[in-house]
Amino acid sequence: MIRRILAMTVKELLQLRRDWRTAGTLLGMPIVLLLIYGYALSFDVRDIRLAVVDLSHSRASRDTVQSFLSSGYFRHVATIDDTEALDPLFDSGAAQAALVIPAAFADDIAGGRTTELKFVLDGSDSQTASTILGYARQIVASLTPGLYKVEVEPPIGAAPLVWYNPDLKSSIFLVPGLVAFILMVTTVIATTLAVVREKERGTMESLRATPLAAIELLIGKTLPYLLVASLSATGSLTLAWLLFDVPVRGSIGWLAVLTVIYLAGGLGWGVFLSTLAESQQVAFQIALLSSMLPTLLLSGFVFPISSMVQPLQVISHIVPARYFIAALREVVLKGVGPEVWWNDALALVAYGAVVLLLATIRTVRSL
Amino acid sequence: MSAQAAPAATAPVVTARELSRTFGAFVAVDRVSFEVAPGEIFGFLGSNGAGKTTTIRILCGLLAPTSGSATVAGFDVTSDAARIKTRIGYMSQKFSLYTDLTVDENLRFWGGTYRLWGSEAERRRDWAIEVAGLAARRRTLVRELPGGYRQRLALGCALLHRPPIVFLDEPTGGVDPEARRRFWDLIDDLSVQGTTVFVTTHSMDEAERCHRVALMHAGRLLALDSVRALKRIFPQGTLLEATCPRPAGALEVLERTPGVIEAALFGDRLHAVCERAGMAPVLARALDDAGNGPAAVRAVPPSLEDVFIRTIRDAEAGGRS
Repeated sequence: MIRRILAMTVKELLQLRRDWRTAGTLLGMPIVLLLIYGYALSFDVRDIRLAVVDLSHSRASRDTVQSFLSSGYFRHVATIDDTEALDPLFDSGAAQAALVIPAAFADDIAGGRTTELKFVLDGSDSQTASTILGYARQIVASLTPGLYKVEVEPPIGAAPLVWYNPDLKSSIFLVPGLVAFILMVTTVIATTLAVVREKERGTMESLRATPLAAIELLIGKTLPYLLVASLSATGSLTLAWLLFDVPVRGSIGWLAVLTVIYLAGGLGWGVFLSTLAESQQVAFQIALLSSMLPTLLLSGFVFPISSMVQPLQVISHIVPARYFIAALREVVLKGVGPEVWWNDALALVAYGAVVLLLATIRTVRSL
Repeated sequence: MSAQAAPAATAPVVTARELSRTFGAFVAVDRVSFEVAPGEIFGFLGSNGAGKTTTIRILCGLLAPTSGSATVAGFDVTSDAARIKTRIGYMSQKFSLYTDLTVDENLRFWGGTYRLWGSEAERRRDWAIEVAGLAARRRTLVRELPGGYRQRLALGCALLHRPPIVFLDEPTGGVDPEARRRFWDLIDDLSVQGTTVFVTTHSMDEAERCHRVALMHAGRLLALDSVRALKRIFPQGTLLEATCPRPAGALEVLERTPGVIEAALFGDRLHAVCERAGMAPVLARALDDAGNGPAAVRAVPPSLEDVFIRTIRDAEAGGRS
């Protein structure tokens, strides 16, 4: 059994080495995706164009403006003396936010009275606006705690919708999901194609006439892809650590265990799909759709599961990435052990077992 | 119709008893029975869709029969398919090598599926390389090899584990005549060394090189015997060949002539089966009278194709048994 599996694995690796397109896709795609998504899929807001209306002209007002600018989030674009002049700035997009310091500001502080700062926001992009608002609140709160009351006045009706805690960098949240996404898509596509290719070329018929059992064929065939996908996973996490400062706080061992369970499920799904398709073209499409869409949309990678409509929340329970991402965030970001994420791990094991069983049954029957 | 195998001196390596396979309403193989003796080159002759490949797939344990039974190397195809697979070599109709692997890598892989290991594996690889004539191209990718070499390499792969029986499903499709001849020389060698060769073909030339030929048509086995015995269905001198200016128009003339059982077009010639010998002048006159002269008619020895056509017509005229 071992020899036959080994023969299959060696053959598969040799073919993978010759097929530079597939090999390149398996190893290079994760890196490209990580770079694209890592930089593009950021909910952080930087370089916010800030206009200042300082009616106080005092030291206290200048200090306040300075704290905004030194926070690193804001870039000063204009200082004006009249709130009426703000409108053209917002209309043209020259300013995204404005800080209005009332004339009585310095006196109020000196007299120990409550004073008011006005923060005006362009709310046309509600997500960005709510993020900026979060920054502003933080900065004001850090000035002299309890001293100021912040009043927000969005000129366009903004409905704040807070997705991620704005003071956390969003890449830290996104990277675990990204790793899950990349691994699922590449393993499912690679394994589906690897099996369907044999069918399309006619070599499957010859394989079936040899003593090679269906289970040996499956193990031998998927083992190389498990290997390559594990390499991809390691590369993705290393790159995320180097480029986006995503730390791996938890145990590498647990991380590996979780990843392998998750990959086994993806491989099983790929093999299952391969029993449904006769041509590589069809196989590629069903593999891409069935791995990419659920992992992108229904896993909590980008859109939080709790904010989905009820039917989608129910469906998300059969998306393995949901559990993997949840567990990955716990392990990678918080560094906590299995006592916290054991139920996610269990769900992954269950998913893997069911899918591999289905794949084996289908393969034995269809081969 | 006689579909009985000649009595074998030793126990048969392949037996089929009333073997049938249906796909829905379509009967692919219809109550086929035969036996194959050790070392025999057994030809399965028939057009596409005659049931040749289905029969081979049942015998290799790739497809379960709907009814009837078969044994290969003493094992039942339904209950012991796994053991059969270690004792047979199989060359499917589709090309069975990996074109993106080298000659050597293909041999290593196929040997590996039969658990060949170490020095034995090496010896067998060397043997296969020699048989295929690929000594100088061990590291060549299979996709760069000409068809004839690929065919012999595929045969080598199917024989790495020294199976006593090898099933070849239309092995010489798309290969030039010279490569085809060399391939059949290999088959002869195998047979001499005691390997049973079960080969399907729709080429009459190839069938002539088999020890015995089974004629398959529409799932049924119509005749099974040596080529020489099969040809005896035409009594001496009753098969005539005619050449004339317009062969296509002559077919009807010959069929209307009294004493002619049937006529068929063979390229630019016509073959006519007559009730008795000595009818050549009668046919020549009939063609001349019909304005299709000058015609030349002579008695010819029957080809396997004559036998094939005649057998099918007999079977269709005589109805189903």
